[in-house]
Amino acid sequence: MGRIKLFIPLIIFVVLAAILYWGLGRDPNAMPSALISRPVPTFQLPALEQLESTEDDNLMVAEQAEILDESLFLGQVSLLNVWATWCVSCRVEHPYLMDIAETGVRIIGLNYKDEVGAAQQWLAKYGDPYAHTISDTTGGMGLDLGVFGAPETYLVDHLGVIHYKHVGVVDDRVWRTTLQPKYQQLRDALGEQKNDS
Amino acid sequence: MTVDEYQSFALHSIQRLVIKRSLVCLRASLLLLSLLCLPAWSVIEVDRLSSPELSARYQQLVAEYRCPKCQNQNLAESNSPISIDLRTEIRRLLEEGVSDAQISDYLVARYGEFVLYRPRVQASTYLLWLTPAVLLLLGLLVVVFIVRRQKRAACTAQAALSGAEQAALQALLSDVDNQQNKSKNSNKAEVE
Repeated sequence: MGRIKLFIPLIIFVVLAAILYWGLGRDPNAMPSALISRPVPTFQLPALEQLESTEDDNLMVAEQAEILDESLFLGQVSLLNVWATWCVSCRVEHPYLMDIAETGVRIIGLNYKDEVGAAQQWLAKYGDPYAHTISDTTGGMGLDLGVFGAPETYLVDHLGVIHYKHVGVVDDRVWRTTLQPKYQQLRDALGEQKNDS
Repeated sequence: MTVDEYQSFALHSIQRLVIKRSLVCLRASLLLLSLLCLPAWSVIEVDRLSSPELSARYQQLVAEYRCPKCQNQNLAESNSPISIDLRTEIRRLLEEGVSDAQISDYLVARYGEFVLYRPRVQASTYLLWLTPAVLLLLGLLVVVFIVRRQKRAACTAQAALSGAEQAALQALLSDVDNQQNKSKNSNKAEVE
């Protein structure tokens, strides 16, 4: 008994050291989305490309602006990319989004708390990787999605259910190591389902 | 003292006086300036709530939620756009007559348990809530254990005095008594 008692401080030290070492490797800012395995929240927002920006930057909805809603995500696996022209990191990830869109990945854009004119100019200048761009000028949809900054990228399956959220720039490393494997998994699952039916 | 000498002396003292005065002026103005710099925590946005009750609830709520972006600040302290949006949202919900619990649900549904500075008591947070109590109990147990062991040690030490030891103790004590008596007697003798 006396012998074992001598080792108690050592045991406590080893356990603490192990826990702290494990903590060192973790990202303290990592915050999983509260919406994982839940459907994309309902929304009714205009498509960015159909908006007209007026001079006073008010009331930009064109007469027959197409209204997008959550059915946008049904039937296909897609990425939902939250971006804005005021977001420097979005400019950084933009060329990479162009690259992956070219390989056939369906990306839906969510233009978050942005000016319509500036956003349209951005897409005209740097290219448009998005199958559709939802214009969320007030940030209401962003709030429902739990967006707390741009860029953020969500992986949404063919039923409109969110599977993963990446906060920050999507670059080659992020795409290869985390997003693409999950994306491919969902695509494969969808392919099997289609073959079965 | 010649006139020249007197003049240079006077000039010198005037110069010194001027320098002294300007130093005093400088100090005073610095003091004034420092008084003018109001603390930076003055209110940035006015909460436009319809009643003081709502205002009080609002102040309490924004202090209890954590900003999702700048993670070591609460919604009241943070100036990030998302915090401003969330504050606006909370004000809107308050005006709609939504309860505190519902506002909490609203935020947790969007930003997760992470935004709560006061975590809910549930299966996943039992460890968090109970650890301090368990540690306190453990500490108390250790203290009780140590105190009781010391008491027992003291008791057994007393009980161990027996037989020969007891006799030796008695002898020693009577020795002391004898010596004291002797010294008293000798004292008396000296007095006499």
